[in-house]
Amino acid sequence: MIIDGTQEYSVNMGPQHPSTHGVFRMVVHLDGEVVTNVEPKIGYLHRGLEKMAESRTYNQFVPYTDRLDYLAGPHNSLGYVQAVEKLMGIEVPERAEYLRVIFAELGRVASHLFMIASGSLDICGWTPWSYCTRDRERILDLFEMTAGNRMTLNYFRIGGVSHDVPDEFMPALKSFLDDMPEMIEEYYGIFFGNEIAQSRMKSVGILPKELAENLLITGANLRASGVQYDVRKAEPYGIYNRFNFNVPVLYGCDTYDRHFIRLLEIQESRKILQQALRDIPEGPVVAKVPKVIKPQVGKVYHRVENPKGEMGWYIVSNGTTKPARVRIRTGAFVNVQMLPAIVTGWKIQDLVTIFASMDLVLGEVDK
Amino acid sequence: MDALNNVFVNIAAYIRGLFADSHSLSADLTINIIVFLMLFLIMVVAALFLSLVERKFAHWVSQRSGPNRLGPHGWFQFIADAVKMLGKEDIYPANVDLFLFKIAPMMLVGITLMAFGVIPFGKGMVAINLDLGIFYFLAVSSISTLALLMAGWASNNKFSLLGGFRAVAQMISYEIPLLFSLLGVIMITQTFNLSSIIEAQKTIPFIFLQPLAFLIYLIAGIAETNRAPFDQVQGEQEIVAGPFTEYSGLRWGLFMLAEYGNVVATSAIAVSMFLGGWYGPGFLPGWLWFILKIWLVIFIMMWVRWTFVRMRVDHLMHFAWKILLPLSLANIFLTGLGIYIYQLFIPRIGG
Repeated sequence: MIIDGTQEYSVNMGPQHPSTHGVFRMVVHLDGEVVTNVEPKIGYLHRGLEKMAESRTYNQFVPYTDRLDYLAGPHNSLGYVQAVEKLMGIEVPERAEYLRVIFAELGRVASHLFMIASGSLDICGWTPWSYCTRDRERILDLFEMTAGNRMTLNYFRIGGVSHDVPDEFMPALKSFLDDMPEMIEEYYGIFFGNEIAQSRMKSVGILPKELAENLLITGANLRASGVQYDVRKAEPYGIYNRFNFNVPVLYGCDTYDRHFIRLLEIQESRKILQQALRDIPEGPVVAKVPKVIKPQVGKVYHRVENPKGEMGWYIVSNGTTKPARVRIRTGAFVNVQMLPAIVTGWKIQDLVTIFASMDLVLGEVDK
Repeated sequence: MDALNNVFVNIAAYIRGLFADSHSLSADLTINIIVFLMLFLIMVVAALFLSLVERKFAHWVSQRSGPNRLGPHGWFQFIADAVKMLGKEDIYPANVDLFLFKIAPMMLVGITLMAFGVIPFGKGMVAINLDLGIFYFLAVSSISTLALLMAGWASNNKFSLLGGFRAVAQMISYEIPLLFSLLGVIMITQTFNLSSIIEAQKTIPFIFLQPLAFLIYLIAGIAETNRAPFDQVQGEQEIVAGPFTEYSGLRWGLFMLAEYGNVVATSAIAVSMFLGGWYGPGFLPGWLWFILKIWLVIFIMMWVRWTFVRMRVDHLMHFAWKILLPLSLANIFLTGLGIYIYQLFIPRIGG
């Protein structure tokens, strides 16, 4: 058969592809190596968490929330338990609030570290990958010594946290925070300051400010496109209004900035953690809540700043022990739509980099 | 020391001496078969060992645990890897071009082995003492592009095809600066024979006369062997494994064998052309110096691999055509100028 001329063809990347970060699937239309269109296909990790919530009691659903964004488990639970507390009007003890902030921010650091790690791995940076995971390991150790689990903690409870941290937790956390500037310098030296890495990422996959706002992109991706928006500042939840921290914002709108802003956010999280470590009071870690959680009829919407983007919890109660309806607005799910919008015209190699910079976790996308 | 220096030459002479006529056809044939087997052995052992050293090196650079279970500190891992690879089922997908699919890995290994033929491992320790040695090496190693394209095409997989095309684009582009960087040395020595080139470096290795050429050669050599930061061909994060995507078991092992064999061959040429070959301080035999220098070059290649990230495809092409090529041409020009000035003062040098 003789074929005249050239033709576009489609390549199926995923759900079993090395760099689709789980089971994301995209049908990539290629002209040579140039991407003409991408069709994201999601749903390979769909577990029906929202439906599951309807057949579980309020407390029983806490472990499931960790499985949403499994790289930053605590922050998902934080959103859920705070939503239920808002619905029931429960006051959480001071120490529990501080512990929640510590765990949530540690989760954010772990998530961002892993994002930098996998982002560098996607351009074949094995060494930055193992540096980042080496340091993330220390956070996971902190989680393990407290909750027993390393990623899906199941540590938060409605009304507080399940138990106090062990004695060795605070010194270990302090030494981790002390080592952090050195780690960040190391990442900069091996990855962000590397000229080849910069040439791979700078001005690749531009997400303009208007487009980002129109697509409802949230989280670090939005802040890398020049919008200073962070739920922790815009609508402080828990005790976040007590901490002194900045919301970093970058104006490059490109893949490099989307990676680099994570590094800046890690530094801000360090500030929060240091303040929390300084101010944490002694006292009970769980409020007096009824054994059977039975909120009055009503509905609540609560949003938190998950490492992947804004996470919203909409819970409808019909007065029974089980929620009538739970709807989760996850940042990563909404962020998926930026991929087809910005990837056209780049090569298949840049597609991988752009995809990595979006920082998707499929647990959160597919729910 | 002299005996140690010539131990392999002496063994060859002894074997020849066993025949009635030491230059008869049967004597030549025996020696050639032994040399061939030796080269193959060198290549296989070097490749297996390198695959382990690479992981050890990665463990050292990036602070993770490399192979550490089998044998002392995991140093026997490569044996297990080889046995595992030999024992695997031979899988090929349904719609492959079976002839090309099967012949591609063999061809790549064969080409690499052919390149080993002209490498002088020591004084008089060269399998084929070709007068066009370096020319032959470049010619042979450029065929490996074809093998990669065959593998990419025959696999009937889109990722493989992309990898195959990338291989053609990249390897042909980098062949030119690679060749031009070697021309400076050839202009100085006025010979293509690798042994003669090494003998010309008795007083001073050419890296001091041609530092730019060495740098260009090293960069282009890394690109020719498809190693990071130039591993577009395999690009595992983008195109899974490029031309090797559909290969498994021994066929995949052959590709890896050829890859590491290529690394050794490229380093050996760098040592012969720029680092003074078997010459070194007299407390070690020449062939050991040669091997140590090869390891030095391989060490640099690994260091680069585990430090840098992969380049972009378009930057890769720009780098070859817009930076390396003009630089290598400038190097040729400067070398010619240098030789001309040199000849003005010492007219008889260099013909």
